[in-house]
Amino acid sequence: MNIVVLVKLVPDLVEELNIDPSGAALDMSWLRLIINEFDDHAIEQAILLKERGGGQVTIVAPEYEGVDEVLFTAAAKGADRLIKLSGDASAGSAQVFVAANNHALARACAAVIKELQPDLVLTGVQANNDLDGPLGPTLAECLGMPYVGYISGVTVSDGKVTARKEYPGGLIAEMEVKLPAVLGIQAAEQPPRYVAVSKVRMVMKTAAIEERAADALDPSGGPAVGRMFQPEAAVHAEMITGSPDEVADKLVSIFKEAGVL
Amino acid sequence: MSQDIFVVIEHLRGQVADISYVMLAAAGELSKGIGGNVIAVLLGNKAEGLAGNFAAVQVLYLDHPALADFTSDAYQKALAGLISEKQPRAVLFGNTSIGADVASGLSIKLGLPLVSSCRSFGADGKFVSQICGGKIMAEGDLPSPTALVTMVPGGYKPEAGQSAQPPALTRLEVAGLDALRVSLAKYIEPEAGDVDIAKEPLLIAVGRGIQQQDNIQLAEDLAQAMGGVVCGSRPVIDQGWLATSRLVGKSGKHVKPKVYLAMGISGAPEHAEAITDSNTIIAINTDPKAPIFDIAKFGTEIDLFDLIDPLIAKVRAAKGG
Repeated sequence: MNIVVLVKLVPDLVEELNIDPSGAALDMSWLRLIINEFDDHAIEQAILLKERGGGQVTIVAPEYEGVDEVLFTAAAKGADRLIKLSGDASAGSAQVFVAANNHALARACAAVIKELQPDLVLTGVQANNDLDGPLGPTLAECLGMPYVGYISGVTVSDGKVTARKEYPGGLIAEMEVKLPAVLGIQAAEQPPRYVAVSKVRMVMKTAAIEERAADALDPSGGPAVGRMFQPEAAVHAEMITGSPDEVADKLVSIFKEAGVL
Repeated sequence: MSQDIFVVIEHLRGQVADISYVMLAAAGELSKGIGGNVIAVLLGNKAEGLAGNFAAVQVLYLDHPALADFTSDAYQKALAGLISEKQPRAVLFGNTSIGADVASGLSIKLGLPLVSSCRSFGADGKFVSQICGGKIMAEGDLPSPTALVTMVPGGYKPEAGQSAQPPALTRLEVAGLDALRVSLAKYIEPEAGDVDIAKEPLLIAVGRGIQQQDNIQLAEDLAQAMGGVVCGSRPVIDQGWLATSRLVGKSGKHVKPKVYLAMGISGAPEHAEAITDSNTIIAINTDPKAPIFDIAKFGTEIDLFDLIDPLIAKVRAAKGG
């Protein structure tokens, strides 16, 4: 079983987000990037499949600031092979992908992933900066593979996967998908495992990141953004300030007024 | 090539999803700006009965045994044929477990542009999408020639997508639904929870800000003092800290309590859409820019770990007094 996990880095939403001077894009200069949390679940699911049924797990990621650590962390968890997609070095390789849309990323990654001849490709079902659809189904069509997303459980047998697809209200559909296929992971069957920094450091000494040069990015199919802005809600919560005791007093009176106390 | 706006209706086991009506309402607004007719596209098998209240000029009904239940492969193939033949100005999908599974593939296959997470359309037909957990909005011209758009709820009321007058229904032949690679094996019913959070009048909800499993007990203590029930957002459920039956959000329950006390919940769109029917939302979050404050009636930036002990004490005192 040859499993490929496609990972991208996204803005850390805990940090302050700003619009750049063009007014049509996020200001990337101070933006902290972290692994897309759903991709973290995709890595976990891949490692779980390997532990259950054997095989090889390859992580593919476009180059971003901080991506090496993400790749080594995956290796420390049990990934066998790490591949980094590098962009046009003259443009500042790590800057190329951070502004790329998913159509461009999918086409660039499909070229690399095709060569790996995977049986199964896992990736996060969505990412917080998707504006042209999620990466997974875009990639699947580039690879000519079927796609099923919103997956929270995967079993492999006899050339097909059985995937648990989530619908609203807690309903699950068990989908059978012919391999090779791409699955968009919502949640791994268990929370992504913790791996100690010391173990990642050790892996860094032995594991190697293979670099592949990406073709020129083709973003066609993604929309052009004319303006980005922070939403100003028509209404904002009435803010309660003061000491913990004062805030607690106020909340108690709100609870009473609302009829729950 | 036409100016028509197609809406791909989402339905599951005989039930039309609310997002379908939201999209019909959005299409109605969009058609006022750019012209064209609102046309509902219904895929199914013996499902024409679902179309009676669509606010659309026409329903194009694609009937085929392979479309009886949603599978990405069959839907995508059926829609690819329809869209390339009719060439509408826009096709709206839900940004959901159904729509998001097929819109991207269609974009690549047909070479058509795709906009995701669209919340509303401007009077001039511009799309407005929400990204970064609802913290950033992106606006742009509706791309040409046929814009594929996935819609999130929140911009339009479902009622605005309903009509008392049944639209005309046209049944279309579907070809090419062979050699399918995805099939539905079975549905698995939601696990019967200890409580149905959709029916509870008081919910104490915890999110990523609760930080660790041990802290869930603090929420349990507060819930017990008040007579409420603890529920959570996706990160908390995925960590296994609360049962799946307690998940509030897009793939969990939609709730409508008298009071929804959100502790350490940012209010990402997937969560927000499931709580907007609550009577009173109260948010406790140290991030002043958390989108939860835009839907909450009351909020505080105080650290929930400083607040919770005095709050429990005062609730107990109020109950005893």
